[in-house]
Amino acid sequence: MISLAGRDILHAWGKFVFTGVGLGLLIGVTLTMAGVYRGMVDDAKVLLDNSGADLWVVQQGTLGPYAESSSLYDDTWRSILGAAGVLRAANVTYLTMQVRRGERDVRAMVVGIVAGEPGQPGQPGFLVAGRHITRSHYEAVADLASGFQLGDRIQIRRNHYTVVGLTRRMVSSGGDPMIFIPLRDAQAAQFLKDNDAIVRQRARTAANPAFGAPNVLDAVLASQGSNPYVNAVLVQIEPGHDPEAVAEPLRRWKRLTVYTRQQMEEILIGKLIATSSKQIGMFLVILAIVSAAIVAFIIYTLTLGKIREIAVLKLIGTRNRTIAGMILQQAIGLGLIGFVVGKIAATFWAPFFPKYVLLETGDALRGFIAVVVICILASVLAIRAALKVDPAEAIGG
Amino acid sequence: MAERHIQGIRIEGLRKRYGEGDTAVDALKGVDMQVAPGEVVGLIGPSGSGKSTLLKCLGAVIEPSAGRMTLGQEVIYDDGWQIGDLRALRRDNIGFVFQAPYLIPFLDVTDNVALLPMLAGRSNSESRRRALELLEALDVAHRARAMPSELSGGEQQRVAIARALVNRPPVILADEPTAPLDSERALAVIRILNQMAQQFSTAIIVVTHDEKIIPTFRRIYHIRDGRTHEEAGEAKSLE
Ligand SMILES: Nc1ncnc2c1ncn2[C@@H]1O[C@H](COP(=O)(O)OP(=O)(O)OP(=O)(O)O)[C@@H](O)[C@H]1O
Ligand SMILES: [Mg+2]
Repeated sequence: MISLAGRDILHAWGKFVFTGVGLGLLIGVTLTMAGVYRGMVDDAKVLLDNSGADLWVVQQGTLGPYAESSSLYDDTWRSILGAAGVLRAANVTYLTMQVRRGERDVRAMVVGIVAGEPGQPGQPGFLVAGRHITRSHYEAVADLASGFQLGDRIQIRRNHYTVVGLTRRMVSSGGDPMIFIPLRDAQAAQFLKDNDAIVRQRARTAANPAFGAPNVLDAVLASQGSNPYVNAVLVQIEPGHDPEAVAEPLRRWKRLTVYTRQQMEEILIGKLIATSSKQIGMFLVILAIVSAAIVAFIIYTLTLGKIREIAVLKLIGTRNRTIAGMILQQAIGLGLIGFVVGKIAATFWAPFFPKYVLLETGDALRGFIAVVVICILASVLAIRAALKVDPAEAIGG
Repeated sequence: MAERHIQGIRIEGLRKRYGEGDTAVDALKGVDMQVAPGEVVGLIGPSGSGKSTLLKCLGAVIEPSAGRMTLGQEVIYDDGWQIGDLRALRRDNIGFVFQAPYLIPFLDVTDNVALLPMLAGRSNSESRRRALELLEALDVAHRARAMPSELSGGEQQRVAIARALVNRPPVILADEPTAPLDSERALAVIRILNQMAQQFSTAIIVVTHDEKIIPTFRRIYHIRDGRTHEEAGEAKSLE
């Protein structure tokens, strides 16, 4: 037996290819949406991986610096370092803000790290160019995605920094490139007030009779002028220790909230990007419905155009099953063309997206199955129309 | 196998009523007809007289209301009883030729013909061999690989006849097969049908209005107002 569907597709290949390409672009968009979601999840994991931490110590009762504001005194890390099983501990600050270079500004996540101690958690890790931060002021390591280059002078708040190193794939959970600067600078940047505000605050403090004694006033003013907070302490534990076992005493005795890698991942993926992933889920559903409608419409139209031939086929003794199979195969054929076009299109345009798009083979496979299922469902209408055709119509009046 | 074909077509007291009650139409009111194997008979009658209805009953696409029909040795309808597998009956016992050829546009000439034996479960190569044999006999073998849209009207009609013959059915039903053809081609089609009828012992009924071909029949059934009466034709030589 020859393939009626195949012959029909070859005969009307123009129609199939054009519809297939249109459908393919839709499928490409769908695959890309899934890729955007995977990219967000992957960015979150890379963020955690690159931090080099086993535990995140954060302000009590908060979800940590990636999810909400968290502040700890910047000397907390010393006492953490003393705890059992802790190998290294380092202060870190995170602040998403605009970073300027000349006329242009870039949205970036500015990370404050302790300068000059490579191997500490929170450090930029692998550099694609340049060197790590060695001075305690005005040096920066930027991610390639920021568009900055070695030697660039960039401005964060009021201060200028020189880019001394470049990283790759160091982005926030929102996809913004990271820019590492020395911790002190970052602390200042977080709470930096303009000069007028400082003058006004000093005047107000001085006017407060409670700080009447001269020494007291100086001390208070000094404390107001600096920022002794960080957003989190990143902890590496000694090899062979169970993260949960190290975290538990810190929670109990230091009255701090501590997250393991596992828990941090759940916060990032389960809470931070949950809304975005629902948003993408909605898109996927709508795209699936639109694709189904297109396939259904095209297959239905093609079938209606063949009513006469179908009547003849029935009259000469073709089984209903064979006719239904022919329509079904055409629908699946259309889906196959669409899928191939979609996969190629998605692979082609993914690198041009501003955020990381991760096209997973598993998603492609699931997408393929979805396409086939949608095509099968979409052909139901056409199959019903074909089965209703009366072979007597072929004989006519 | 040949035994089965001996009886040709026999129709006795066939009635067909469309609809019910006040709006019922009695399209056939007792049709008697007999066509021997190897014979080509004409069926003529005015518009609305029931020609197409009779072909549809014989072609097993509508069910008669009463009477009896026999194809070959097989009773296919007997007063309310109808044979079970109509699809297989049509596939194996009846060839159809229509006014328009109705070839399948996405199959080439060979496969349009070979499709029928394929549907009956024969292998592709065997089916194509049979198809080519017939295309040869009908003088269209040189167009075997062409698509239907690339053929002339007469060539298409000959392919359609090959398709009707390829499963060697005991019966061929032709509804106005020569309407779109000029008289030379129309006569050629009738000549072919006569040859095939003799070669394969096929009983053929040709419904027609066509003055050009009516004189060629040896026997003609006139149908008027749902009833048939038989008449000898001129049996004009086709040579
Ligand atoms: N499906 C149907 N329902 C009701 N009445 C029908 C139906 N088909 C045909 N008829 C009626 O049955 C009668 C016979 O119709 P039929 O089509 O057999 O005529 P015909 O001889 O083929 O005519 P023509 O030469 O015009 O094709 C006509 O009165 C027609 O109106
Ligand atoms: Mg008619």
